[in-house]
Amino acid sequence: MTSFARVSKYRRHKFAGPVLVVAALLTIGSAFSIASALPSATKMTAGATSTQIAEGKKIFAAGCSSCHGLNAEGSSIAPALIGVGGASVDFQVGTGRMPMADMSQQAQRKPPKYNAEETAALAAYVASLAPGPSAVDGANLNYERDGNTAQGGELFRTNCAMCHNFAAQGGALSQGKYAPTLMGVEPKYMYEAMITGPQSMPKFSDKTITPAEKLSIIKWIKAAQNEPALGGATTGRVGPVTEGLLAWLLGLGSLIGVAVWLAAKAR
Amino acid sequence: MSQKERIAGGVANYIDERTGAAKWLNKNLKKVFPDHWSFMLGEVALYSFIILLLSGTFLTFWFDPSQRDVIYNGSYMPLQHVQMSAAYASTLHISFDVRGGLLMRQIHHWAALLFMAAIIAHLLRVFFTGAFRKPREANWLIGVGLVTLGIVEGFLGYSLPDDLLSGTGIRIAEAILQAIPVVGSYIAFFAFGGAFPGHVFIPRIYTVHVLLLPGAFLALITIHLMLVWYQKHTQYPGPGRTEKNVVGYPLMPVYMAKAGGFFGIVFGVTAFLGAVASINPIWLYGPYTPGQISAGSQPDFYMGWLDGLVRMSPPIETHAFGHTISWNILIPGLIVPGILFTGMALYPFIESYISGDKREHHLLDRPRNVPNRTALGAMSLTFMMVSLINGGNDLIATHFHLSINQIMWMSRIGIFVLPPLAFVITKRICLSLQRADRDLVLHGRETGRLVMLPHGEFVEVHEPISAEKAWTLTSHEQPRAIPNVSEDVNGVAKPKAVRNKLRSRMSVANAEQAPAATATEAKELEGGHH
Repeated sequence: MTSFARVSKYRRHKFAGPVLVVAALLTIGSAFSIASALPSATKMTAGATSTQIAEGKKIFAAGCSSCHGLNAEGSSIAPALIGVGGASVDFQVGTGRMPMADMSQQAQRKPPKYNAEETAALAAYVASLAPGPSAVDGANLNYERDGNTAQGGELFRTNCAMCHNFAAQGGALSQGKYAPTLMGVEPKYMYEAMITGPQSMPKFSDKTITPAEKLSIIKWIKAAQNEPALGGATTGRVGPVTEGLLAWLLGLGSLIGVAVWLAAKAR
Repeated sequence: MSQKERIAGGVANYIDERTGAAKWLNKNLKKVFPDHWSFMLGEVALYSFIILLLSGTFLTFWFDPSQRDVIYNGSYMPLQHVQMSAAYASTLHISFDVRGGLLMRQIHHWAALLFMAAIIAHLLRVFFTGAFRKPREANWLIGVGLVTLGIVEGFLGYSLPDDLLSGTGIRIAEAILQAIPVVGSYIAFFAFGGAFPGHVFIPRIYTVHVLLLPGAFLALITIHLMLVWYQKHTQYPGPGRTEKNVVGYPLMPVYMAKAGGFFGIVFGVTAFLGAVASINPIWLYGPYTPGQISAGSQPDFYMGWLDGLVRMSPPIETHAFGHTISWNILIPGLIVPGILFTGMALYPFIESYISGDKREHHLLDRPRNVPNRTALGAMSLTFMMVSLINGGNDLIATHFHLSINQIMWMSRIGIFVLPPLAFVITKRICLSLQRADRDLVLHGRETGRLVMLPHGEFVEVHEPISAEKAWTLTSHEQPRAIPNVSEDVNGVAKPKAVRNKLRSRMSVANAEQAPAATATEAKELEGGHH
């Protein structure tokens, strides 16, 4: 009661109004910034300027149009890019998958051909053609804070392990295609892959896997990647094949060596 | 006599008066065994078995073979509060919360791989040297039983933790059970106590894994060793070694020391592997749920060939009289392994039938001197290797940038083409080696020294090989062909004409060989030219 009385004593103070306004603004502002941390990942990173779009169009005409068509309408060898959004461009170009080095089964990860600025311009141009998921700002993906490792592990095993292997080491798909390893992949690209479904990968919309769950998956992958070798040196975390190889070569191999030595000494 | 000697003598006398052990020990401790590194492969298997018993007992102290649901609350953070079976949770507990638990788990698993690898290597040695011949057919059969049980025991063992990989393996085992025509679905229902995965399978296979099969192993290994003891060990041919003696060293002290030391080394290698190399990291696989699967789910290597066969089989099914017959599982999962293991078990009898050799053998064959058997072995091994490689087709595809479909097609073709090819090539190699042996005996060793004769001719100096070596190279018997006699002396046609003709044909193929060097030939060469 006394504290109430003490507060009420100040409520007619000449600064009471401004202080309340500032406090309200701070509360709403910080609440908004926390609340927007997750959804902002899928929102436009920054307002694309018309110069950026023009720049992107130029790069696109020079580097991409021979396959994807002058207006990104696609061709017999490459898909249309109208409506794929900036996220797809950021993923494919940022990881070096596009432009493709050759017409192999699947675009491989390699050092990117375009720098961050050029990639952003390309993304802005493609995003300007039709709406689609926007490029993700890695700085907004606070998976360490917002993710849950155990939940991420369960989601990973249900949705991802069938192609990427139980420890995210990658796996084979049909006809020479493959699910790449996720070791060392930047969180932003993992997030973009989930929302755009590049190559053989299915798209995981925010209804299937919520943004928070996506961050949990990323957190689990990072935890698996950074997990110390608990049982000693790993044999690649690809299952029993390498274990069997080691048992024969190192295990039985060394014992046969010892047996030869023991039998030779007898003479 | 010192005080110590008096006491020891007293104790020994006390025991001997009551058991009569002195006479038995005196005889048996002097028992002679031949010495060769390849005779120690079976020892590796035996020692691995002992390690498996010891480490396995340790694991049972904490393992909870139950499929009841629990919420994990141990020290492995990435699985905190995840729902899982008690079996999986207790395996995590052993791995992270029991002192030395993970090391013991890893030693147990490495020892299991080593056990199977050593059994297979031992089996190959016995096969290629003809150690299975009379009187050792029974021991061969026991060996076939041991390798079969070993595969089952290993499979049950890595199925127990109930992680994502082992659950996948159990699912495939269920599919193989269901593939048995007509009764398959019933058998699967009985085994799982209802629909997959149920709650009874892991408790059941636990009993089989820790009680029934180890008991069977102990019994079979005991008989296996008693027969080796009673029939005496085979030996490689050499001077002074005959079908009627055993040349080697006495059990006490030579083999007692050697075997004891070797056991220590096997334990050391297994413990080293368990300490430095991770095996089956079940915590990464996560708990088993029928809705989940990992890419690259493989069995352990001794099941890998079966998985490879299943992976290469085309999807064929027939529906008849309300039953589905899944040939795609039935053929690779049951029929082919059935034929392979039956053939392996019957091989000693088949060979003795074809060669007509019913005598006892205690001298081993050099593989080149029995080209047909060696070629058959190479053929079977090639079959196994093609299947095994296809079992890892997904990893080969990703690691060597190949297409999994192409590997599968290569295996489908290779499984039919490569084994016969291996047979022909191996047989030719054996015959060439026989000719090389013959040259060595008749013309001596090439010294690499060139000498110019007075008239200008260059010759390489050959040195005669030692008498011991010549004996080793020539003492073996060569298989003989059985002639096909269709009529007896009175011109009356013999019964079973087709069978006799077939047997004669096979024995002719079996007896194909380079003629061994004879003493007369050697004499002629010595007396005459060069």
